[in-house]
Amino acid sequence: MLLPGAMELYMSTVLSAQQQAAGKAQPTTADKLALPVTFSALTRSFGSGTSEHVVLRDINLEVRAGEVLAIVGASGCGKSTLLRAAAGLDAPTTGAVLIDGTPVNGIDDRCAVAFQEPRLLPWLSLRANVAIGLPRGTGAAAGKAKVTELLGLVELADFAEHRPREVSGGMAQRASLARALARNPGVLLLDEPFGALDALTRLKMQDLLLDIHRAQPTTVLLVTHDVDEALQLADRIIVLGKSTDPARPGASVTEVLTVPGRRPRDRNSADLGRMRSSLLATLGVKGH
Amino acid sequence: MTQENAYPVSKEGLAANGHTLTTVDDDGPATQPNEPAPGLLSRRPVRLLLGLVVPALILVLWQLNSVVGVFSAVQLPPPSAVGTAAVELIERGELWIHIAISTQRVLIGFALGATLGLALGALLGLSRLADALLSPTIGALRAVPSLAWVPLLILWMKIGEDSKVTLILIGAFFPVFTTLFLALRHVDRNLVEAARAFGLKGIRLLTTVQLPAVVPAVFSGLRLALAQAWLFLVAAELIASSLGLGFLLTDSTNNGRTDRIFLAIILLAVIGKTTDALLGIAERWAVRRWT
Ligand SMILES: Nc1ncnc2c1ncn2[C@@H]1O[C@H](COP(=O)(O)OP(=O)(O)OP(=O)(O)O)[C@@H](O)[C@H]1O
Ligand SMILES: [Mg+2]
Repeated sequence: MLLPGAMELYMSTVLSAQQQAAGKAQPTTADKLALPVTFSALTRSFGSGTSEHVVLRDINLEVRAGEVLAIVGASGCGKSTLLRAAAGLDAPTTGAVLIDGTPVNGIDDRCAVAFQEPRLLPWLSLRANVAIGLPRGTGAAAGKAKVTELLGLVELADFAEHRPREVSGGMAQRASLARALARNPGVLLLDEPFGALDALTRLKMQDLLLDIHRAQPTTVLLVTHDVDEALQLADRIIVLGKSTDPARPGASVTEVLTVPGRRPRDRNSADLGRMRSSLLATLGVKGH
Repeated sequence: MTQENAYPVSKEGLAANGHTLTTVDDDGPATQPNEPAPGLLSRRPVRLLLGLVVPALILVLWQLNSVVGVFSAVQLPPPSAVGTAAVELIERGELWIHIAISTQRVLIGFALGATLGLALGALLGLSRLADALLSPTIGALRAVPSLAWVPLLILWMKIGEDSKVTLILIGAFFPVFTTLFLALRHVDRNLVEAARAFGLKGIRLLTTVQLPAVVPAVFSGLRLALAQAWLFLVAAELIASSLGLGFLLTDSTNNGRTDRIFLAIILLAVIGKTTDALLGIAERWAVRRWT
């Protein structure tokens, strides 16, 4: 486990935030806990008429509350588009996304997104950027403590007052992850959150994500290019891929794999090895 | 008015505004984040000294002329004569009045034009409806060469302060309006979307993302506007006035006082450069603060 002291702090503030929320605004204890996500016959195409470009076709998927679902697929197959639909940043052409049974319509505050690019506000410090993720109504002191703690967890404590342009791409990406975590969301949408990180930091951040998920089992949709990352982090992996039938353009879910074993998993286990080769083969074939 | 590009604007301001500029700003080193290690040329005192080389050279050649006599003293009085003219006008108490009234006109016209430019630029930049409603009209008004308004202004407001200030206002309005409008249109959509994804909307979105994003552009717009304001001041005073640096120009022309013409031109250069430099400092601060 990474930084045990910090994790305890994280859990305690998560819990106290939940108790506060439960005690004050919403009496339901389900508030802020993991939420199930359903993609129901979701199709998304861009353009219209002859220039219509179908990106996602007929996506049907049930993501269980508290599950970590990895989404893999070739570049440009529509992974980000799928996440954007879940966040309500993009509306499906047909079909719907349901979170906890209610359709997503416009930007949904039950989700938090870490975008593929960091998208930090250049004129704010990392601390202020992370603070933007805090749920509305967070008290000043509690918010400050939470931001400080998250910056510590993503190993940016020493850079809290730096501007985004003064830190590296990987550091900006971690700040963006911290901003999404600050939201304490029911559904966490992560679009290649570790893409810009070096191997060691990547492993650390994967552990961090698992720790946070254990402390507060939110539903996580994780887009990744890295098959090993998917095998390490996910309960299930879905592959987005195009059909070979030219009459059916656009990507759909071509495979749903349940990853065996509890986390943290042995990276060298034979089961994972087989799954890895099969996934790589699928991606290799469907990637072009 | 399409003269905006003729005026000095800092690289930072334009870069922040999404433009690229190849001319070099003459106001000193830009403190850009990714700039290569500073050489001798980016040291402030060195640059200041280098900047003074050409004016000093001109002064020397100018003084030499009075010895060699390429131009007659009427065409080109020696520098000392310009100095004497200045002393004379100062002693009569007139020079300060000319400078003060001109500066006052510029500042009032600039302030009003900039305010109007900021207001309308923000309105059209943020509201598609206002844009659709007003853009064609404002575009058409901008297509009118601004001096074409002079007869109308004189007809409506007589030859008083109002007509001059209004002309300067028109000159200052368009650069501010245009830069703010374009900057608001070009605020990074990804940033706006990210902020909206975290629940920001309305006024909070405006003050958290859109306004900070355009601050550098606003400052470069203000600098362009200030340069335009001086341009229009001289135009207004040349046409009709009894005080001010533009009046000093026409009056001296009529009286054949070339020394005073030179004095007025030098004063315009110095004052214009000074006010521009002050805004330039503000602009650089804003670029550092907001990007
Ligand atoms: N706003 C848009 N307008 C038109 N086409 C779009 C738009 N957004 C996405 N697309 C198209 O949708 C397809 C999928 O894009 P998306 O960003 O979802 O891919 P991705 O799987 O996330 O790729 P990567 O792994 O490279 O990030 C692309 O072909 C892209 O051209
Ligand atoms: Mg993507």
